[in-house]
Amino acid sequence: MRLYDTDIASRLMLGTAQYPSPAVLAEAFRRSGAGIATVSVRREAGGAQAGAAFWDLVRDLGVKILPNTAGCHSVREAVTTAQMARELFDTAWIKLEVIGHADTLQPDPFGLVEAADILVRDGFEVFPYTTEDAVLADRLLSAGCRVLMPWGAPIGTGLGLTNIYALRTLRAQFPDVPMIVDAGMGLPSHAAMAMEMGFDAVLLNTAVARAGDPAAMAEGFARAVEAGRLAFGADPMQPRDMAAPSTPVIGKAFLE
Amino acid sequence: MQIMVNGTATEVQGETLASVLGELGYGDAKIATAVNGDFVPAAARDVPLAPGDRVEIVAPRQGG
Repeated sequence: MRLYDTDIASRLMLGTAQYPSPAVLAEAFRRSGAGIATVSVRREAGGAQAGAAFWDLVRDLGVKILPNTAGCHSVREAVTTAQMARELFDTAWIKLEVIGHADTLQPDPFGLVEAADILVRDGFEVFPYTTEDAVLADRLLSAGCRVLMPWGAPIGTGLGLTNIYALRTLRAQFPDVPMIVDAGMGLPSHAAMAMEMGFDAVLLNTAVARAGDPAAMAEGFARAVEAGRLAFGADPMQPRDMAAPSTPVIGKAFLE
Repeated sequence: MQIMVNGTATEVQGETLASVLGELGYGDAKIATAVNGDFVPAAARDVPLAPGDRVEIVAPRQGG
């Protein structure tokens, strides 16, 4: 897939938080084949080398880095965080989060559009973490976003795709915009469903990091993403209410 | 003077962001900085600080 003029082989994107250890994180990435890793910026104490150690680990993964503005509740916070991330990680890519509610962590649509507009004009390549609202999507595209990242469910819930109708509508309205379902996935079947619906990729973290065996779950998600993408391209059958025999009726032996 | 560093009141001798970073042990650490909510690029850290300024110093971390 192509995101902001960059070709990415894998349609699975993984977060780097909450793993039991750096070694498990690295193994999960290796097994998943993910080509993009999300990271954050956080306060560093003087003399501490936590940032450097983590940076070494991430660099060794050999993947494209997507820094986020997680935890930012205002436009100003998000913009300043994005600027710091751009310098730290030497990338114009930014996963833009402007959080509107502390409990649901749902995006603030108004702040999101405002911040996206500022960042695009400042040369960023913005990946907005957004709701599945098609009008908001239109505003984000007008602001210059060339990728959209609608949520599947609130961050960390593992509920899967909670608004299939809106996601399907969003996909249909903007068929040429790369769209990544971001957040809320708990099982590979959720990712497969998103891919079957024609989404370009999925981004997840907790479902892998908090699994009993993160590396195995990462591989499970990778296979699900591939399966779902294959199905999307294969013109799936339409469901129907009446049974239809799969075995030919003609030539059946008459044995009454 | 006293400034805020990552939310903690801190007494510093230096007068610029660059000198304060050195003083506080950040040396050549992989960090990015903001003062009073505004990003300060690495190339512009010779900016003078005033008492009460809020300095934020961040580094790469895990994220989703």
